[in-house]
Amino acid sequence: MTAVDMEVRDGVDRETIETVQAMSGSYKYGWSTDIEMDYAPKGISEDIVRLISEKNEEPEWMLNWRLAAYRRWVQMEEPHWAMLSYPEIDYQDQYYYAKPKSMAVKPKSLDEVDPKLLATYEKLGIPLKEQMLLAGVEAPEGERKVAVDAVFDSVSVGTTFRAELEKAGVIFCPISEAIREYPDLVQKYLGTVVPATDNFFATLNSAVFSDGSFVYIPKGTRCPMELSTYFRINAENTGQFERTLIIADEGSYVSYLEGCTAPKRDTHQLHAAVVELVILKDAEVKYSTVQNWYPGDENGKGGIYNFVTKRADCRGDRAKVMWTQVETGSAITWKYPSCILRGDDSQGEFYSIAIANNAQQADTGTKMVHLGKRTKSRIVSKGISAGRAQNTYRGLVSMHPKATDSRNYTQCDSLLIGDKCGAHTVPYIEVKNNSSRVEHEATTSKVDEDQLFYCRSRGMDEEEAVALVVNGFCKEVLQALPMEFAMEAQSLVAISLEGSVG
Amino acid sequence: MAVMQAKADALAARLAGARPDEGGWLGKARAEALARLAPMGLPGRRDEYWRYTDPASLTAPEPVSAAVFDAKAEPRPFTALDRLKVVFVDGQFDAAQSDDLALEGIEIERLSLAGHAANHWAANLYGVLEARGQTPVERPLATLNSALATEGVLIRVTGKPSKPVSLIYLRKSNNSDAMLHHCIKVESGAELTLLENGPAAARLSKVLEVDLADGARFHHIRTQGRDHERRAVTHIFARIGAQALFKSFTLTANGRLTRNEAFIELLGADAVAHIAGASMGDGDFVHDDTVFVTHAAERCESRQVFKKVLKNGAVGVFQGKILVKQGAQKTDGYQISQSLLLDDDSQFLAKPELEIYADDVKCSHGSTSGAMDETALYYLRSRGVPLKQAQSLLVLAFLAEAISEIEDEAIADDIRNRLEGWLHRHEH
Repeated sequence: MTAVDMEVRDGVDRETIETVQAMSGSYKYGWSTDIEMDYAPKGISEDIVRLISEKNEEPEWMLNWRLAAYRRWVQMEEPHWAMLSYPEIDYQDQYYYAKPKSMAVKPKSLDEVDPKLLATYEKLGIPLKEQMLLAGVEAPEGERKVAVDAVFDSVSVGTTFRAELEKAGVIFCPISEAIREYPDLVQKYLGTVVPATDNFFATLNSAVFSDGSFVYIPKGTRCPMELSTYFRINAENTGQFERTLIIADEGSYVSYLEGCTAPKRDTHQLHAAVVELVILKDAEVKYSTVQNWYPGDENGKGGIYNFVTKRADCRGDRAKVMWTQVETGSAITWKYPSCILRGDDSQGEFYSIAIANNAQQADTGTKMVHLGKRTKSRIVSKGISAGRAQNTYRGLVSMHPKATDSRNYTQCDSLLIGDKCGAHTVPYIEVKNNSSRVEHEATTSKVDEDQLFYCRSRGMDEEEAVALVVNGFCKEVLQALPMEFAMEAQSLVAISLEGSVG
Repeated sequence: MAVMQAKADALAARLAGARPDEGGWLGKARAEALARLAPMGLPGRRDEYWRYTDPASLTAPEPVSAAVFDAKAEPRPFTALDRLKVVFVDGQFDAAQSDDLALEGIEIERLSLAGHAANHWAANLYGVLEARGQTPVERPLATLNSALATEGVLIRVTGKPSKPVSLIYLRKSNNSDAMLHHCIKVESGAELTLLENGPAAARLSKVLEVDLADGARFHHIRTQGRDHERRAVTHIFARIGAQALFKSFTLTANGRLTRNEAFIELLGADAVAHIAGASMGDGDFVHDDTVFVTHAAERCESRQVFKKVLKNGAVGVFQGKILVKQGAQKTDGYQISQSLLLDDDSQFLAKPELEIYADDVKCSHGSTSGAMDETALYYLRSRGVPLKQAQSLLVLAFLAEAISEIEDEAIADDIRNRLEGWLHRHEH
């Protein structure tokens, strides 16, 4: 659909519409890297699980854990409660493991990594040279550094700044390596936030995850730089199943960023990830995502099926977690980053912008499970639908009987652009004590006429007024992003129209 | 598969021995309902639509015995109003206590007597709106009612009757299992106020199908009785034409289990539907409002206002949904669900949903839950208001938005008096 034939309602700025369209119309990261790959045979079976485990040189306990998950998975049914419709997924018709041939012998340092792979990340704007870079923005000398773990299909190709992080006691490495090098930590925490039997997609991931990032921040440590993982799907007909485990020990702090892209392909590709955050007493984790998987073409051909389980467990008192997500890609998004607020006075926050255009479908939200006393949570969700897209916020706020004096505030707003799309809100609110306070508000609208009128009565022209109002619509979420991501997010969302209106 | 089998088994057990009359248009409608019911079975706890309320006591073959509640000298609601009374005792029509059913501008018939009449208007309504209400979510208990109900009223309104029709549901038996099915058709430009009160039975299933022609007006006010032990499942299915007005208010005080479902379709432009509820529960009390409003035409307005005051382990449930179909531009949809938890044992469980397929709409919902506002209480006490009176005042203020949905001031006052009575009796 072009900007011309799309019916524009009064009050919605054309530039907003065009920018939203541009995001899927001209997907910037749709190229692929021509590189020789090693594939596991197509399909999934116990042999494939064993093969992945063997490729990663895993200890036996890990293989057994995977096999138990696989045996459970074959008995599970794919869930269909989300407001998503897609043809049945043939789990035997794809590859579960793909590794660049040049990675057959694990490079000892980034200098040994295949230049083609390095060039891929360079082109994506994620140079793996140890410089102060992210998101294609060259920062001036002396600015903060960001360590990157780059995951290419099924394997991690390199992790930067490891030596410097090690000095601070921070472990940041591919999870495949952590399983070998830090088995005690992995065994202690893996699957304790998202159990291997948690849900269909998480269980599938538990059986076949190939790589991902592992982070451990020791007691009382403030991680000296932002950590980041960049996921790239390149191979065709290949699913990506990454697993991220972050442990923030008592009193520590880390900000973690995640980005992802994939080439344009006519067939759908499966991505089923699991992210577990363990947050101990007085620790804080900020987890930010800009999800920009290939969304498919304007007719819904191709695109990533994104089924993700993300959960944070605030195990200690005063633990704190903040999820921020900008969801712009994927043909299908099924994702509910959640917070288990177990420790007393622990806090969870969820900030989300989800944009669905053309034939995209997104069903995303969060769960705030209040178990500890005086726990606090805040949910701010902004959904924008355009084209023929469907965008659903789905969330749970649960106040357990013992979570006394707790507080939740939820704000879900939806903006519709065009009369063929849909915006939906499905919140679950469960309050089981009376000293807690829960507030939920949701609105669905086009750009508010009163606000426009107010701005115009102050002397702004129509475009300026719209820019201001639409900018305000997403600002709460954009402000929650780390500086490094805000740039990328804003260019993606382009909701911040300041300065762009002639 | 096991779940489907359980549903089918529950249905078979419930239907055992049922011999609905098969003749006439009513018999045909019942047979159709039975046919629709077979693939559904009866609901169970694992159904998403019964996530917060266990339907077991509603689906069981026999009702749970419930002691008849003695309201002592307390007057019944609406007694001061001039109204046309239609009385049912344990689900059976009571001619002796009922008024003459003749009134200008309105035709009132008993379902049990009209079922064989040729070319009856209700043949195009009975079970028809209920069937429409089965998508997107199945409501098998309503279908069961269409299949088995033997009594009810058929009301066709052609003018503006001089007084409200008042359906009074008394009960005498501890084991009564009543099923009532009413059809109401309000013709273009006509207007009806319908009052309902009383517990009806140990277990009540009631379906109300309301068809509003263009420009029709319908006011519905009901109180569900102070009976502590009763259980009830009620459904309202409404089809609303252009510029028509639908207003429904329900007061529920006590009852072991009450599930009030409403399925409202705004099918003509500029139609209005307001549905409100105030409920107070003390102790073993589950009250569930499940509301589904569909906007299928332009410039319609809907409001859902539900307030619940809960104490001593009472459970309040709200599942409300606004669906705006493609093309239903300029929709104004509003929904609020709030609970006031007077102690730590009570629960509020809510699922307020929006599903929207049109861009030029204004829809919002809000939901809050919490304890009584200490600051407000402190303020009132500092002004010399005794604690209990201050608490009552705040509870009444909390419920006020729902009660204000009643247009008739005399009826609204009656409801307020009942609320005050309840608060007085349930003070700590």
